[in-house]
Amino acid sequence: MRALTWHGKHDVRMETVPDPKIVNPRDAIIRITSTAICGSDLHLYDSYIPSLHKGDILGHEFMGEVVETGPGSTLVKGQRVVVPFVIACGQCFFCEKQQFSACDNSNPAEKADLSEVAYGYAMTGVFGYSHLTGGYAGGQAEYVRVPYSDVGPIVIPDGLEDEKVLFLSDILPTGWMAAENCLIEPGDTVAVWGCGPVGLFTIQSAFLLGAHRVIAIDHHPHRLELAKSMGAEIINYHDVKVREALAEMTGGIGPDAVVDAVGMESHGFTIDNIIDAVKTTTKLGTDRAHVLREVILACRKGGRVSVPGVYGGVGDKIPIGALMEKGLTVKTGQTHVQKYLRPLLDMIGEGKIDTTFLISHRLPLEDAPNGYKMFKEQQNEVTKVVLKPDWRKEAA
Amino acid sequence: MSEENVRRALESDAPLTAAVHQRDVSKEAAEDRGWREAALVGRTVTINRPRADLYAFWRDLRNLATFMENVESVTPGDGRTSHWVVRAPAGRTVEWDSVITEDVDGELIAWESVEGADIKNTGRIEFRDGPPGRGTEVTATIVYDPPAGDLGKLIAKLFQKEPKIQARRELRRFKQLMETGEISTSEAPDAAPRG
Repeated sequence: MRALTWHGKHDVRMETVPDPKIVNPRDAIIRITSTAICGSDLHLYDSYIPSLHKGDILGHEFMGEVVETGPGSTLVKGQRVVVPFVIACGQCFFCEKQQFSACDNSNPAEKADLSEVAYGYAMTGVFGYSHLTGGYAGGQAEYVRVPYSDVGPIVIPDGLEDEKVLFLSDILPTGWMAAENCLIEPGDTVAVWGCGPVGLFTIQSAFLLGAHRVIAIDHHPHRLELAKSMGAEIINYHDVKVREALAEMTGGIGPDAVVDAVGMESHGFTIDNIIDAVKTTTKLGTDRAHVLREVILACRKGGRVSVPGVYGGVGDKIPIGALMEKGLTVKTGQTHVQKYLRPLLDMIGEGKIDTTFLISHRLPLEDAPNGYKMFKEQQNEVTKVVLKPDWRKEAA
Repeated sequence: MSEENVRRALESDAPLTAAVHQRDVSKEAAEDRGWREAALVGRTVTINRPRADLYAFWRDLRNLATFMENVESVTPGDGRTSHWVVRAPAGRTVEWDSVITEDVDGELIAWESVEGADIKNTGRIEFRDGPPGRGTEVTATIVYDPPAGDLGKLIAKLFQKEPKIQARRELRRFKQLMETGEISTSEAPDAAPRG
């Protein structure tokens, strides 16, 4: 099959590699129909993530058609499915608590040591995202092997085209969980730092979860425009002081909940697709935990801090005094995608959620290396690149 | 390590950790058996399955080869004996006979190699109920006499110079198999070939 493989910094290639096969009973093989380049894929492209091997297939946002199933799979050949980026067994303590991104079993035993050393306990497996997270082949390919296929993939009903549901794989549930973590109450104002895909989906979700107002903070005019079109009020941090502006806009109280949808470009264990936000806020990124500090200081007393932005290592000068004295609640974590698939699919079906506005570019899979380049170099215009294995190169 | 340190280490309610980090404790195990020295590895995992199931799986020693990376086979013999064949680097194998020294249904199994073993070793696996609804806490402890000479080097390689790593990987695989029915892997042909 053809697949996008990593070979080094800014060196990704389309190659012919062996087709994946069923290995374990619960596996399924999916023929990819749509896959996206995630912001966090740029971490790999930029070689910020250790433990990538030459030839690794990237990609963790994908969907397709079931073409082969193991005896323990509940999927049926021909079904269309979206596959969560988090690989979760469904049977460990964490999965039973619906904390799927903490699954104890999906990271193979010989790969799990690294994260155990880094974080105290071994983290879960993820598609196409280095050997820290299991070394699983990703979905920017014609086919992919999906472990625990009886638990992860969600079957998509006919009539919902790929572009409406593809982002269920990662960024839509990530934005939703970020908003849920705001513990929104009636009348609440939510402030969101970073208007990349996750930040934008957080804005959308916050309104659906009952936020009275949402304030979006970024500096890319196009992305702020998108935020505004979703009903958010905006602050361009290049032009005004953010904390003073927030105080002005909230009657001096401050936002009830704050969202760090930026994170930092770390060389740790990152899964998420926040790099859009990271890149749009390069200026913030120069001070690596700047946004985290900023949200803690800007949050009202007794408010909530939601952190979908990815952090991988250690940070310093965190205003721990403000966190404690103001009595803030912090909620964070990689997304428990499996938990949110059904309700979010229903909302897409009912027309309450639209994700297609985000897609700025559609390319044949064969053009994926070019897609990476564009995504990296043109942040303001390129909001999301979707790749189609079925499209021939000349059709683009 | 002073006797005072050892005494205080044993006062903490984490005897395994104390034993692993206070060499004097494992030295005792060596002296008891007349070994040259003793290396001790241990690890606890929680497995989301009933105690009885886990015990039963482990008690059929043939099953151990399904999740222990280097164990080629364990063949039960008469009564409480078993024969172990373990893969070593360079296509070699090391073998020993073992005897079960303690066996409490649903609770623990302990074994020890018999005279003439390539690697003198003893181990125990204990199964305890976790907090209500939280599965079973499984603790594995292995004490072995690291052989000297060529064989010693081989064994060091076999245990990847870090027996702790090997032990935790084996227990992870055991947990995976018990909880999910399979051992998770991302090896080819799942992934692209890597040169």
